[in-house]
Amino acid sequence: MTRRQVWLAAMCLFAAPLAYSFVGAQQPTIKVGILHSLSGTMAISETTLKDTVLMMIDEQNKKGGLLGRKLEAVVVDPASNWPLFAEKAQQLLEKDKVAVVFGCWTSVSRKSVLPVFEKDNGLLFYPVQYEGEESSKNVIYTGAAPNQQAIPAVDYLMKDLAVKRWVLEGTDYVYPRTTNKILEAYLLAKGVAPADISINYTPFGHSDWQARVAAIKKFGSAGKKTAVVSTINGDANVPFYKELGNQKVSAEDIPVVAFSVGEEELSGLDAKPLVGHLAAWNYFQSIPGAANKAFIAKWQAYIKNPKRTTNDPMEAHYIGFNLWAQAVTKAGTTDVEKVLAALPGLKTPNLTGGIAELLPNHHITKPVYIGEVRADGQFDVVWKTPATVPGDAWSDFLPGSKDLTADWVTLKCGNYNTKTKVCSGTK
Amino acid sequence: MAALLAAVFLFASPAAAQDAPAAAPAEAVSTPVPPADFAGLVASLRDAGFADKEAIVERLVASGHASARVVLRALLEDRLVVRAPDQGVFVATSADETLPAADLLDPVTLKPIGSSPRDALTRIGTNNRLRRVLKGLVARTELANADPAVRLNAVTELLRAPDAQTTALLRERIGTEYETRVRREMETGLAMADLDGGDKPARLTAIQVLSHRLLPDVLNRLKALVAKAPDGSFVEPDADIRAAAAAAVDRIEQARSIYSGAETLFFGLGLGAVLVLVAIGLAITFGVMGVINMAHGELMMLGAYTTYVVQTLMPNHIGWSIAVAIPAAFLVSGLTGVLIERSIIRFLYGRPLETLLATFGVSLVLQQAVRSIFTALNRSVATPAWMSGTLQLNDALSLTYNRLYIIAFTMIVFGLLLLVLRRTRLGLEIRAVSQNRAMARAMGIRTARVDALTFGLGSGIAGMAGVALSQLTNVGPNLGQAYIIDSFMVVVFGGVGNLWGALIGGLTMGVISNLLEPAVGAVLAKIVVLVALILFIQRRPRGLFPQTGRAAEQN
Repeated sequence: MTRRQVWLAAMCLFAAPLAYSFVGAQQPTIKVGILHSLSGTMAISETTLKDTVLMMIDEQNKKGGLLGRKLEAVVVDPASNWPLFAEKAQQLLEKDKVAVVFGCWTSVSRKSVLPVFEKDNGLLFYPVQYEGEESSKNVIYTGAAPNQQAIPAVDYLMKDLAVKRWVLEGTDYVYPRTTNKILEAYLLAKGVAPADISINYTPFGHSDWQARVAAIKKFGSAGKKTAVVSTINGDANVPFYKELGNQKVSAEDIPVVAFSVGEEELSGLDAKPLVGHLAAWNYFQSIPGAANKAFIAKWQAYIKNPKRTTNDPMEAHYIGFNLWAQAVTKAGTTDVEKVLAALPGLKTPNLTGGIAELLPNHHITKPVYIGEVRADGQFDVVWKTPATVPGDAWSDFLPGSKDLTADWVTLKCGNYNTKTKVCSGTK
Repeated sequence: MAALLAAVFLFASPAAAQDAPAAAPAEAVSTPVPPADFAGLVASLRDAGFADKEAIVERLVASGHASARVVLRALLEDRLVVRAPDQGVFVATSADETLPAADLLDPVTLKPIGSSPRDALTRIGTNNRLRRVLKGLVARTELANADPAVRLNAVTELLRAPDAQTTALLRERIGTEYETRVRREMETGLAMADLDGGDKPARLTAIQVLSHRLLPDVLNRLKALVAKAPDGSFVEPDADIRAAAAAAVDRIEQARSIYSGAETLFFGLGLGAVLVLVAIGLAITFGVMGVINMAHGELMMLGAYTTYVVQTLMPNHIGWSIAVAIPAAFLVSGLTGVLIERSIIRFLYGRPLETLLATFGVSLVLQQAVRSIFTALNRSVATPAWMSGTLQLNDALSLTYNRLYIIAFTMIVFGLLLLVLRRTRLGLEIRAVSQNRAMARAMGIRTARVDALTFGLGSGIAGMAGVALSQLTNVGPNLGQAYIIDSFMVVVFGGVGNLWGALIGGLTMGVISNLLEPAVGAVLAKIVVLVALILFIQRRPRGLFPQTGRAAEQN
């Protein structure tokens, strides 16, 4: 051993117990995993959600943490890479031993981590509106199921705007395809002729919308009121709306109702040509009320930007975090089995003046709002459901899923067939 | 604060509007009847739901009050506001919410009553349905406007939902209308109304008039005349009318299909111009220098962000910002390019794999740098007024201005680049170095300097392409990735080292994908283009315009 190595060894010997006593003086922390992409295509949407959870943790710690222990965030970056989501999830559950994970945006990332959470018996709060047709014991879905966003939006167009002809325009992946399948079945059931429905898909990040917008214009010129139901996701929205503006498709002629365009997306483009186009969400920043006002103020202070917007998936994380904190307090432990048992039936106020209740199918109750785009990139609410709508995991309009039900309290099953009385899942 | 106030107000209206919009105006009137005087009616707009507002607006028009038009226009343009202290409804002279204060007019007398801070004003909201009604009502009052453009808009607006009242109005106005364009629209509207009448000669004349129009509404109306009822009989009993209508439908459809072909060609050229623009920078760095520059997309991204920065620096001159941004982006991306070449690429000449990896690394560094400076969120780049909208050639064909400008811009950039390469000393040196480096050096050309300048030139053009892209797509850290593959495809397809190849290749690919897209969908069109390109490269590995001569042998 050289002299230097001796010194190093000696320092380590001293430092280790010091460091240990420093940590040991406090209760061990409760680890909270955050699984959101901080780089790659989805970073634009998911970074905000990471900050939201960090803010919630910060706030909870100021209140003294949970069960007398502080919360500690474990942030990982799955980099918009779907297989990496599974690896990072495994790391969070097996190496970091987190009590709960808040994460995922796209359905494909959720599908990627699902087997990991089921194998390791983890707990995932998923905050984004999705296509349904799923209910896992280990996932709490705080985003909207199709009956909490797509179906009410179509109802609004049909009843209030007397729309007779439909363009279902989506990005080519699982969420738009499943949602459009449900919507098509729903429209046909409502008596819309197949010739009055046009379904189209474009690739992720599609940027040349000239031909599609011209086709929509042509489809809409058949003399019947036409609307576009857009499940276009991510970056492709900006060139789509720009082209609509350029080709002068106004909201009064052919309104576009979008399921993936919120305040955050609009903050990245000039909203003036979009005025009057619609979006369906369970939360809008412009909705008044003390809870929302306080949340916006807290968020803008935390992110140190007085112009930063809030959006629907942020509210979903807000609800999810509060539900989890409540369940941990109720169960007196962070053990996943006990927390999962405590969760169903819990209630927490949402940001728009209602109550979100966690249902036995691991979905929550949500109000549905339809908003019109304003010139400043915010939304004017033009319609809302009279009461909150319970999330339905299995659509009633698809032949394969209408007999299925999910119930993790009495049936302990995510896909129980009410006709054959069989639970076709593993548990 | 103003936004919050607006929000508080708007919460009240949707609740009231929930079931009402489905109800007919007749039912809506059954809600508490507002006071009949004009001032009272205007004041009642303050707390009304959307359906109630519709009824109130109709009554405002029916009142015949001289100020009705101004109030309706103000409501349509978000200038009808509620002042917080006294809850009075006023007309603001400007809808700009960024201004600290707004001048107010009394809605009845239209006299100025001073100004009020923006924070104390809440605009009275409208929705799509209400805006449509308002536009129709405003249009009626504008048929007599002195400006022909306003009259034309008014007639077009009225023809969207014609009724007996508008027909009467048009008949009254057509005698005094001297402007041909406006007259033509009026004649169309009247002919459509005549079709519904019982007078056979008038109907035949109407069909005659309509057969020269290309509007989809006209086509639908004529098609309805030749349609069959579900039981197989004709909806229109008169055979002469049917025959005339059928001939008119044929004529209109034929003309429309020709114009739709022209439109597709234009779309193809529009996409092609973008492809050419993103590819010509690469045609220089990759084609002429042989450097596989994976950071080419990020240089475009820098150009797009330069546009954003220029716009934030001159927020009041958006129209001019693009003109400033083009040279600025050329400089920013060009200098970045020179820096990359001097610090990295010059050590890697002749080692394509290492160059590829190194520049890929550079692209990641640039992306993350932009993410750190501007955040991962997309930035909003405004489109100048002169670049939005369409050039309406006729009822069936309109060309979007932004694509027209981009096609022109691409051609100008291409022309300038050719000039630089053919007519300047730098161009001569670039060609000499790319053809035979050793000989060029022997002739006294400082090849290292030429390499840096060539790379800078290619990068600068990428920056200018970024300015164009900022008008079409997202300005975000991933902008470059979306276009890098396309630009390599164009260069390889056109023939490496050939600028004309990039031009023809890019335009061809644009037109082909737009021809395919309506038939097979955007996803499949992309696949088909890629497969076709692979097959083409199999047959002609050197692309459309292969280089010949000694330079070719070296590559």
